[in-house]
Amino acid sequence: MSRETVISVEGLSKKYILGQNKAGSGGLRHAVEDLVKAPVRWVRGEGKKAPQGPNEFWAVKDVSFSIKRGEVVGIIGRNGAGKSTLLKMLSRITEPTEGRIGIKGRIASLLEVGTGFHPELTGRENISLNGAILGMTQAEIRKKFDEIVQFAEVAKFLDTPVKHYSSGMYVRLAFAVAAHLEPEILVVDEVLAVGDAQFQQKCLGKMQEVSTQQGRTVLFVSHAMHSVKALCTTGILLDQGRIELRGPITEVVAAYSGHAPRRGDPSTLASNRSLGLSLVNASLHQTEKLGTLIVRAKFQLDRPISEAGIGVHIETTAGFELCYLRPETTGLRFGQRSGELQVEFELTSLSERLGAGTYFLGLSFHETNWKCCLDRTPVGEFVVPSLDFYGTGYPPKFEKDGAVVLPVRLIQVG
Amino acid sequence: MSSAASHSVLTSESAQDFDLWIEAGHTEKHYWRDLWRYRELLFILAWRDVAVRYKQTVAGAAWALVQPLVSILIMTVIFGKAAGLPSLGAAPYAIMVCAAMLPWQFFSNAVSTASQSLVNNANMISKVYFPRLIVPASSIFVSLVDFMISLAILAGLMTWYQFWPTWRIITLPLFIALAIFAALGPGLLITALSVRYRDFRFIIPFIVQFGMFVSPVGYSSELIRQKFGEGWLLVYSLNPLVGVIEGFRWAIIGGDARFFSLGTCLSLVVAAVFFVVGISYFRKTERSFADIV
Repeated sequence: MSRETVISVEGLSKKYILGQNKAGSGGLRHAVEDLVKAPVRWVRGEGKKAPQGPNEFWAVKDVSFSIKRGEVVGIIGRNGAGKSTLLKMLSRITEPTEGRIGIKGRIASLLEVGTGFHPELTGRENISLNGAILGMTQAEIRKKFDEIVQFAEVAKFLDTPVKHYSSGMYVRLAFAVAAHLEPEILVVDEVLAVGDAQFQQKCLGKMQEVSTQQGRTVLFVSHAMHSVKALCTTGILLDQGRIELRGPITEVVAAYSGHAPRRGDPSTLASNRSLGLSLVNASLHQTEKLGTLIVRAKFQLDRPISEAGIGVHIETTAGFELCYLRPETTGLRFGQRSGELQVEFELTSLSERLGAGTYFLGLSFHETNWKCCLDRTPVGEFVVPSLDFYGTGYPPKFEKDGAVVLPVRLIQVG
Repeated sequence: MSSAASHSVLTSESAQDFDLWIEAGHTEKHYWRDLWRYRELLFILAWRDVAVRYKQTVAGAAWALVQPLVSILIMTVIFGKAAGLPSLGAAPYAIMVCAAMLPWQFFSNAVSTASQSLVNNANMISKVYFPRLIVPASSIFVSLVDFMISLAILAGLMTWYQFWPTWRIITLPLFIALAIFAALGPGLLITALSVRYRDFRFIIPFIVQFGMFVSPVGYSSELIRQKFGEGWLLVYSLNPLVGVIEGFRWAIIGGDARFFSLGTCLSLVVAAVFFVVGISYFRKTERSFADIV
């Protein structure tokens, strides 16, 4: 297989002007005003409007890299690191402000599953619609139709409007269509984080098949370090719009997972600008009581939120997700809030459930309907102290016994 | 394993090696080829809009007929009977109104649905690449389907009044193409403007309402000439719809309708200007749609 360069990114940058979408500032009145004032400015010899410094925000700044044919690249980084913006530029959805991208071959992007799905249409109809939106021809769709239906496991409901589908079926069908795209370069954003565990595994398998057996070039963004490690050969670590590390995937994941949380840093840990929400700071405190961890976090909400909750994400130092405690499951939630929000909660009996060792903790913020507004943001690491759980004098340790501690008792020996 | 440093070093490939360059302010070389490649999407989006529109309605597709039919009746009663305006030659007033109402309804539906099409499909725009022109074009195609259905009204009225068309009816497809051409310009222009300035959502209904009265829909443009003279008729013909509607009347009514006149030419020139301005403005702004929609 020739290892020629199929993607070449050179000095790529993307600038957003903050607050542009707010009512008034970018509206028709301003445009008309601008148009009327233009001759005056021209006479005075002033150029276009002076650039507004403080409102500028560089989502991606001066990023350069190249990708070879058949390479499977994981793009990782914290929220707001510029991953999605980078993918959007690669997929031609948004235009770069500076720099350029060279692409060789057909590129397809999958930034969301089920783009363009219409609830009133049946499963069969949505396959055609979604396929066409993703760039498949109807002939291709007809050819793959049976395969798609089989993969999605929805054969019985093919002629039912998808509004009657369960969310699992919906996601399965949506992924199935996307999985049967056959571009030379595939760009995928976080779409595996949907559906149940079994289906996620199936998706992962399909992705592996696409990349290894069919030799396609894949760019993959995910927060799930275990899938990134399983799929990718090399990685790119982004931080605040710049490349922090480009190299073999193990090194990149290690660099990301070991990313020390900035304790007491005055700037925010993560923010979702479009939703007006940021995680200002978070700290972990181990208490006197063995295996209890107190988490304190401060959020800043720029708008009132009617129902909110916090998700807790725990992973191993290698980046394997142990659990993701969602607010609708745990009840870690509260009613209407706005402005500054301080949250304190505790995790108990850690030593009875986890092997002694170091783990990473991340927080997420969910809004009404448990939509995730701030995805798993790493906030720090904690140490699970050793506990002689089995009473054998050998407390379970993470390195030897694994992450999970399970009670086991001898019943009979024959 | 290669080191991180060697990966970030740029390989100096020459520009010709890549099929596609994405950069700021770069007009796509393959734009029209891409548009052709995505032609199926145009029809599928149109099909989606048609398939979804009449779901959970009792009358279903009959709604495509009701709206123009009622408008024609009202126009005929008010302008023809109450105001006593003259028809064109021997044609019954209702048929004269119908010949204009159908292209007008097509135009106004096309412009108003196209203008909201990108905003309504914002989710798609921000997640997938395809030539953005596909979205408003598919809206216009849907309006064309409605138009084709509403031709049944014309056939019905002609049968009712026993008014038979001349050979000119075979030129009708030409004027339908002209109507599409005239709708594309303002349609694309307003679509592109609506993405940034949502004000157009409120401006459009006003334009549509106003437009019907400054176009020869409820009356013939002959009336303008008789009441205001040739000079004002030319000013009146700055409305691109005048040429289209005159063409429809010429093809459908025959005998007394005029098509080949200075006014009609002027009106078609205005339509062509709109077409060029619409497409170029759309292409100029479409690259930033995903950022502002």
